[in-house]
Amino acid sequence: MASAFEYAPAPESRSVVDIAPSYGLFIDGEFTEAADGKVFKTVSPSSEEVLSEVAQAGAADVDRAVKAARKAFEKWSALPGSERAKYLFRIARIIQERSRELAVLETLDNGKPIKETRDADLPLVAAHFFYYAGWADKLDHAGYGPNPRPLGVAGQVIPWNFPLLMLAWKIAPALATGNTVVLKPAETTPLSALFFADICRQAGLPKGVVNILTGYGDAGEALVTHPDVNKVAFTGSTAVGKAIARSVAGTDKKVTLELGGKGANIVFDDAPIDQAVEGIVTGIFFNQGQVCCAGSRLLVQESVQDEVLDALKRRLSTLRLGDPLDKNTDIGAINSAEQLARITSLVETGEAEGAERWSAPCELPSSGYWFAPTLFTNVTQAHTVARDEIFGPVLSVLSFRTPDEAVAKANNSQYGLSAGIWTEKGSRILAVANKLRAGVVWANTFNKFDPTSPFGGYKESGFGREGGRHGLEAYLDV
Amino acid sequence: MSDQNRLGVFKTYKLYVGGKFPRSESGRVYEVTDSKGAWLANAPQSSRKDARDAVVAARKAFGGWSGATAYNRGQVLYRVAEMLEGRKEQFVREVAASEGLSKSKAAAVVDGAIDRWVWYAGWTDKIGQIAGGANPVAGPYLNLSTPEPTGVVAVLAPQKSSFLGLVSVIAPVIATGNTAVVIASADAPLPALSLGEVLATSDVPGGVVNILSGVTAELAAPLAAHQDVNAIDLTGADAELAKELEIASADNLKRVLRPQPVDTDAASASEDWSASPGTHRLTAFLETKTVWHPTGALGAAGSSY
Repeated sequence: MASAFEYAPAPESRSVVDIAPSYGLFIDGEFTEAADGKVFKTVSPSSEEVLSEVAQAGAADVDRAVKAARKAFEKWSALPGSERAKYLFRIARIIQERSRELAVLETLDNGKPIKETRDADLPLVAAHFFYYAGWADKLDHAGYGPNPRPLGVAGQVIPWNFPLLMLAWKIAPALATGNTVVLKPAETTPLSALFFADICRQAGLPKGVVNILTGYGDAGEALVTHPDVNKVAFTGSTAVGKAIARSVAGTDKKVTLELGGKGANIVFDDAPIDQAVEGIVTGIFFNQGQVCCAGSRLLVQESVQDEVLDALKRRLSTLRLGDPLDKNTDIGAINSAEQLARITSLVETGEAEGAERWSAPCELPSSGYWFAPTLFTNVTQAHTVARDEIFGPVLSVLSFRTPDEAVAKANNSQYGLSAGIWTEKGSRILAVANKLRAGVVWANTFNKFDPTSPFGGYKESGFGREGGRHGLEAYLDV
Repeated sequence: MSDQNRLGVFKTYKLYVGGKFPRSESGRVYEVTDSKGAWLANAPQSSRKDARDAVVAARKAFGGWSGATAYNRGQVLYRVAEMLEGRKEQFVREVAASEGLSKSKAAAVVDGAIDRWVWYAGWTDKIGQIAGGANPVAGPYLNLSTPEPTGVVAVLAPQKSSFLGLVSVIAPVIATGNTAVVIASADAPLPALSLGEVLATSDVPGGVVNILSGVTAELAAPLAAHQDVNAIDLTGADAELAKELEIASADNLKRVLRPQPVDTDAASASEDWSASPGTHRLTAFLETKTVWHPTGALGAAGSSY
């Protein structure tokens, strides 16, 4: 599409962040090498440039970290809640102070646009710590009876799509309630968690309260199966979530799992179409669609299907894909070669099964991992692209005639994390929302998050809730 | 010249109204002394007109403050704690002089006051989850109750606990989005007037907290009778005055928080205020709004939604 105005590059400066050539594991307040000396590299997905080399935790390191967390637990859990609160408030404020640095770091390591890390990830990270800080001395008021007790050592494994935000969702409530933590970030995005370790130092957090282990799935497995871990919190794939659910069987570990999704975004014929199109775009192309609660299935009422699709394609053609550090960029890089291969393969399956593919006409950079915004029409409920979580910028479009049909199709999924409803009629929003088997339902908006609002899934999207008053339960012995 | 020989600079204590520091429009002052009777300062003796001006300022600030997000209000209250931490020494001195406390006891009081701001900073975005929620009505309706601030609150600060007590009555009022007209302790108003200087540099919008010093009964009467004041906290009133003010408050059905036993215990006022405050001072100045909305039927016809 010809444009009267061309964008000039508006890159955010890299100089606000200083990445060291190597990092150790953060155990008991110190950076230390892995017991077996192993390391791995983390690359920038937009350029494949090596950013740093980090220690690769093994079972011995997990044991060391759990011991440190156990040791720290006694004093940390005995602190008055008001003192724990003040540590967390400090962390929240330091994150706010360093948010530009952390946003650039996250964009470099993850590949998502600076616009998103700057305006979504980082503000939410700080807000999450601020919110749970306030709970630390108010647990008597949280509805779990007087003086609810922490569980002990929490083993937490987080994904690469929102590295620092998922860390905040895990660490803030755990610390507020008096637990200590061992957290493993994803192998492709270890850096922001290591910077968080430095924030813990600045905040004067007692040693051993937070331990960060960078590494692969084997370290995560060693962590969640460690006999001295009292609480397992995992965000990631449904397959790994099921493996964790099996591994904790017969123990008294408390578990919360936040897993995959195949969210339905339902557009009724009376919806404000322009707003709905923006919501559809936010729903599936935010963070390159690498969002567990993405609205990856568009259910559009037949009478407005053509209008919505035309507007949607027109809008997608204007999205800017490229350098994630450019402030104009809408679509950044896919997080890893492995994820790109998975998206590519599922899209090929979609085409092979007979769905019709349309991709936005945009030029892909020559290095890095990229995938153009894509949608499928002529999709049936039996198609792989309508059932499997793609975790990429790929939207499957299905249609419906009646509200009942929309509900039936939306619920026809192993998952139940999120859904969206677009209509001007309030009673229809509420009636449909009541029928949806999903943990979060957005009406005339999508992908909204707030620390006060509980988040989590039905069915195979996992169990437990993170955020809000409800999020405390996962870390309390109640 | 050594410190001993240097003549100190006295502070002119002023009111805090609408984000500014006026003197009393009446031009009056009264002598404030320490617990042993030594002169500390001449504090403004506010008039009925000053009280009415403060209500106007508080009303003007209400829309913006109550409309701010709870998260934003929490950050602002936390900022007050940060600012106080840096001015601790000044307040320790003022509290020690006002209440006749040793330096270490006064320091504990000031620490407690700072932590009290932190406590209420954390409540701004949680009280709604405690005091509100969805109601399971027997019908196809979403029924949601949400607490909202009641409006302009007149606060009679405790007479004995000039700072911890003061903070303990101001913070819960503004945490939920109310604005306040505060009558400082009559005999020990200096920490309150200095708190105004902290609030002015803490991102608290002007008019959210207004602080008056003077004769409690003289200022409380017009506030209790004021038609644009929505609630009154009688903590700093004795039993007789409290009754009079409650009668006056009935004229426009102000929400009244009566003096609590803890507030009037003269023996060890500062220790009393150090207990964990609970939520009653938050909920005392909240309205509950309940919204009904039909959810549509889910019959086989499916047409009604």
